[in-house]
Amino acid sequence: MRDYVYQRPVVLGLLLCTATVALVLTGMLAGSTGLDDWHALGALLGLMPADADSGMLAQIVWQIRMPRSIGAWLAGALLGLAGALAQAVFRNPLADPYLLGSASGASLGVCLALVAMDGSLVAMPWLARLGLTGAAFVGAILAVAMTAALASGMAQTLRLLLAGVVVAVVLGAATSLVLQMYPHLLQSMQGFMLGSTAFVGWDSCALMLAALLPGLGLAMVLGRWLDGLALGEQTAASLGLPVQPMRWILIITLALATGAAVAHTGLIAFVGLAAPHITRRMVRWGSRHGVLLASLMGGLLLVAADLLARVVIAPRELPVGVLTALIGGAYLLWLMRRHKQGGGVS
Amino acid sequence: MKKWALLLGLCLACTWGWAGVTLTDDKGRKVTIAQAPKRIVSLLPSLTETVCALGRCKDLVGVDRYSNFPQGVRKLPQLGGGLDPQIEAIFALKPDLVLAASSSPGTERLAALGLTVLQLEPKDQADAVRVVRMLAQALYVADPELVIQQMDLEFAQAKALMPVGARGKKVYFEVGSAPYAAGAASFIGQTLSHLGLVNIVGPELGPFPKINPELVVRAQPDVVVVADSSFSTLAQRPGWGLVRALQDHKVCTFSQEEGDLLVRPGPRMGQGAQLLARCFARLYPKGQTP
Repeated sequence: MRDYVYQRPVVLGLLLCTATVALVLTGMLAGSTGLDDWHALGALLGLMPADADSGMLAQIVWQIRMPRSIGAWLAGALLGLAGALAQAVFRNPLADPYLLGSASGASLGVCLALVAMDGSLVAMPWLARLGLTGAAFVGAILAVAMTAALASGMAQTLRLLLAGVVVAVVLGAATSLVLQMYPHLLQSMQGFMLGSTAFVGWDSCALMLAALLPGLGLAMVLGRWLDGLALGEQTAASLGLPVQPMRWILIITLALATGAAVAHTGLIAFVGLAAPHITRRMVRWGSRHGVLLASLMGGLLLVAADLLARVVIAPRELPVGVLTALIGGAYLLWLMRRHKQGGGVS
Repeated sequence: MKKWALLLGLCLACTWGWAGVTLTDDKGRKVTIAQAPKRIVSLLPSLTETVCALGRCKDLVGVDRYSNFPQGVRKLPQLGGGLDPQIEAIFALKPDLVLAASSSPGTERLAALGLTVLQLEPKDQADAVRVVRMLAQALYVADPELVIQQMDLEFAQAKALMPVGARGKKVYFEVGSAPYAAGAASFIGQTLSHLGLVNIVGPELGPFPKINPELVVRAQPDVVVVADSSFSTLAQRPGWGLVRALQDHKVCTFSQEEGDLLVRPGPRMGQGAQLLARCFARLYPKGQTP
């Protein structure tokens, strides 16, 4: 019996939610001047009298900081969910949401959209907003479809993984080629590849929530399938589970969740890989609650990273992807040391 | 006869000894240029412009893909970018001088192939003037002061163009959509302060910091300066609808070609300043008190 930090998933779940709420509230204080807007929060909650500045601050908190924190949580939760699904479907601890080429597909989509909008950006401003997110989304989905086609279905895990790597490399090369031809797009693309929560608004939050809720719902409903898959495909099939259809459904869910997150925040590193692993080391893993907890963990990770990105060198910002890797990586390493006796990576 | 030969030899030795300038480039390397270069390759747009401003455009045999001014250099062979120079193509041109940024990779290879490489990277206004003087030496141009005077004149004209009503206005200058700002410490910041404007991004944040977008909303700049390719997205950023400069259309946008004037620390910096000044003259017409 491994020595888990929390024996009961409910306790961990509640803890993750509490920490998230605390960080989102702290995020309301964290602005371009660091962590010092107590007055703003007070005025917003009606605890302190409003003054001339607090009207503007209230709007800033409501229109910039809140959607940003909540959007970071949603994107992290989507990546955590996708990561947990990927690791379950591929029965591979190194699987992450970007595995099937979705990240490269999204990058190429954004890159092509930037090229297409170059001349007509002013003419169609709505396209600029919808276009980039849509392009990332479509790119991610198409890449996964391409991977599936190359692997001639979802049947063989190894074939699928290999096809995913090939698609990722080819699409990445295509992106580099396009950037070579349009070098002035390099800067915009770099922002996308590093990941950023700087411009997440309420509309992005709504779209990500719309992807997260059905994704989580589906994962919960299909929890039994996931547990079955964890035993291996043959065992799952012998248990009477519809292995092929369920792989398809899970992979589509994972591609949608990844696409939704990437479309709004760019390629944020490591959350999808680390969140399920950290969760797994804290609590006994069962697919049904595991996916939910990994999702909550991913959200918490990204909210924390977003907060730090804003505060550490305010009013400048750190790339949020760098921080997710640092926080997630450090924490995962610490947990692995702590569980050294517990066995290998599982 | 022997005497004459000796004299000739001495003379040759003299000119040999006298000829050639030795410069220390921005990499700290001593570079000796034996005679006036006739086949120049430039791998940085601001250096290309400086070469041409010094009247030596005709000696350019190749440029990087970003060099686009003056018009004539667009016809020259393009030899990759500053970050990915095509070593073989450059070598094949047999240049007697290669100009590159100090951050440019591949220059070691070029030097190892026996080419004379001078690495200069102008970072601010004073630096641009220093680079003009240094390049003049390298190219054996007698009087660089004409170019420098022209730059000074254009800066002075820009200042004269600025309307009284625009003095002391707070400005946010965006150079990249992450968003990256041009801070007071950058040469763009120097241009702004030369025009009597106040930068909302202070010098303590470094030249081109990636800032929290909220900073712009909090600072409420009077005028926003941004590339017209990213202008249409500004008001759609969360909370940026609150920026009064955007509500009141107090915005200076610039095309990519105009942007070259603003973001290249080269001989056309003064024209960049004029571009800004003309925009401010439109935003704050004479006789209209702000």
